[in-house]
Amino acid sequence: MTLRDLPVGQDARVTSVNGNSVITRRLMEMGLIPGVAVQVIKAAPFGDPIEVRLRGYSLAMRKNEADAIEVVV
Amino acid sequence: MNDSGKNKPITIALAGNPNAGKTTLFNALTGLKQKVANYPGVTVERKEGPWAVNGRAANLIDLPGLYSLDATSLDEHIASGVIRGDLADVPKPDAIVAVVDATNLERNLYLVMQMFEFGIPVVIALTMIDVFEKQKHQIDIEMLGVMLKTPVIAVNVKSGRGLEELASKVHEVLNTTPSIPHIFAEADEESGHNGKIFARYNFISKVVQESVWHSDQKQHRLSDKIDKILTHRFFGLIILVAVLLLVFQTIFSWASLPMDLLEQSFGAAADFVRAQMPPGILTDLVADGIIAGVGGVVVFLPQILLLFLFISLLEDSGYMARAAFLLDKLMSRVGLHGKAFLPLFSSFACAIPGIMATRTIESRRDRFATIMIAPFMSCSARLPVYTLMIATFFAGQTVLGYISVGALLMLAMYTLGIVVAVAAAFVLKRTVLKAAPPPFLMELPPYRLPNLRTVVQNMLTRAWLFLKRAGTVILAISIILWALMYFPRAQVPDSVPHETGVERVETANSETDAPPEGAQLRNSFAGKLGHAIEPVIEPLGFDWKIGVALIASFAAREVLVSTLSIIYNVGKDQNEESESLISAVRNAKKEDGQPAWTPLTALSLMVFFVLAMQCMSTLAVVRRETNSWSWPLFMLGYMTVLAYVGALITYQGGKILGLA
Repeated sequence: MTLRDLPVGQDARVTSVNGNSVITRRLMEMGLIPGVAVQVIKAAPFGDPIEVRLRGYSLAMRKNEADAIEVVV
Repeated sequence: MNDSGKNKPITIALAGNPNAGKTTLFNALTGLKQKVANYPGVTVERKEGPWAVNGRAANLIDLPGLYSLDATSLDEHIASGVIRGDLADVPKPDAIVAVVDATNLERNLYLVMQMFEFGIPVVIALTMIDVFEKQKHQIDIEMLGVMLKTPVIAVNVKSGRGLEELASKVHEVLNTTPSIPHIFAEADEESGHNGKIFARYNFISKVVQESVWHSDQKQHRLSDKIDKILTHRFFGLIILVAVLLLVFQTIFSWASLPMDLLEQSFGAAADFVRAQMPPGILTDLVADGIIAGVGGVVVFLPQILLLFLFISLLEDSGYMARAAFLLDKLMSRVGLHGKAFLPLFSSFACAIPGIMATRTIESRRDRFATIMIAPFMSCSARLPVYTLMIATFFAGQTVLGYISVGALLMLAMYTLGIVVAVAAAFVLKRTVLKAAPPPFLMELPPYRLPNLRTVVQNMLTRAWLFLKRAGTVILAISIILWALMYFPRAQVPDSVPHETGVERVETANSETDAPPEGAQLRNSFAGKLGHAIEPVIEPLGFDWKIGVALIASFAAREVLVSTLSIIYNVGKDQNEESESLISAVRNAKKEDGQPAWTPLTALSLMVFFVLAMQCMSTLAVVRRETNSWSWPLFMLGYMTVLAYVGALITYQGGKILGLA
């Protein structure tokens, strides 16, 4: 599944980051690379964006950005 | 090292992630002697200051906060250009001080990995170590330095810890060839960008494994607890609205006292000049042109200072990021970034600090779109105009028995501004400022107590920038407008023609023999311009006298009130609540004897003011923030067109509906 669908509070690991865009590069540079542990902390009031915890810090991203990140529980 | 080498000033770059404590460190090292400008040709801010490195003078360049040096954004492009020495008058740095946040070590080290590739000696300033240790983790600084092959100094600005050590270490590494840890294997180089990113983080993981010990306790960080409330699905938004209202209200009320004081002081200064200097052109120029012009600039200072105080507090505490997080969905529906909310909201007080605050928006196009629509948020300068119109034509009227028409009209004007702003943003983002929507990707930093010194310093720097840049333009235009209203000098009349209506008999000012102000204004270039544009503004319901006032108010909106007072001969010192001005407006007549003003005229004027760009201070700031003349001119153009069309629809539409 992708980060978009990961249930809140569930620990997971990134398996791949898909796409070739600037956004993909950005996501990886922020530390979202295969092997890193992630967790979705919450979603904003209207459902978007979501707050993701990784490498000890919190990153907010839109759901369609989270779609590029494949994770496994 | 020979003598000349010892005396050459060295250049040191300060680089690091946003929220890592870089600015606080920069302020501590350079004191108040910073210089802020723009890099040539771009809107990226260039901050430099002097730093004494073991007795040698060094120029410390504060690079913009970045997550990467790979040059995908303008900030990164400029920063890597600076480090490579590619930029025209920025010398290549002799060393880099890397600011690394101990509580966020892995991601912060990513940037450091990239710094190694530039061949310049690096020294790491490790910040937030006290916070880190409070969370019961431990860090072996020496081991960190060994594995990174780079000196690591723990710094704490508040206590001063490590600052001197940092300076000596930097001095030590000058003119040495840095030894770089082995990060990349050959395979990584070949697999292109992604391979390099993975390799860097894998190396970082190894380093962190050897030098950092994380406590086992599951930390319920204080920040998370606070966030449970502040970003709560429901309460979060309510709290946000409350915070915004508080900021808004405070700026309005706290600023009004100093603003009044400033206005009075400048008025007193002008009076003083008139009393001391002989009557004549020079005196009038100094009193009414220069002093009034300067006063018109300085009067914005209280609002600007207060707004930036709040912006700094909200940003440095970390709350700003939460607000953007909460509002992003709403703002992106209209094509704006979540971070646009504070600049737009601030513009309800005054668009000038609002526009300056758009710096927090990284995407150039999103930033410009926000700047272009900020003036539609009805600012406080429009209030005197709304108030005068409502008091003159809609006083005492109610709807449904107790809702005052005046209050409804005010609300309607504010709403009109917001609606047009949203529509304009929509159109701009689809046409002139069309761009792929940039990622929202935004860090939610842990909540921190803002550093008071940093906040105050930021406030003062921004205010000074405003004075310097906007001030010169505003002063120049004030003088030009003064001249337009002052020349040609009207003849002092011997006998004075009476006019029907309430306009009082004009008498020459016996003290100075200067023509009375009303006659002077009517005969000046400004008056002639008013006559010239009358055919154009007639469909909006305005006559040439209103035209003169409109022209004058393109300098600053509230000038409409004082100009109307002069035109209708009720004296210069009237404000929007004075009875004599109100009745003068009600009773003013056109050349053909018809009333110059009807309630519909007033409505049309208000709509014009909602939509028109009538503030050269704003244009001056837009010029500075966009680094070009075309954007402010575009803003002036499209807003004038919108204002004209809006007033036209209002007046003609009203006539058709029989409201005239």
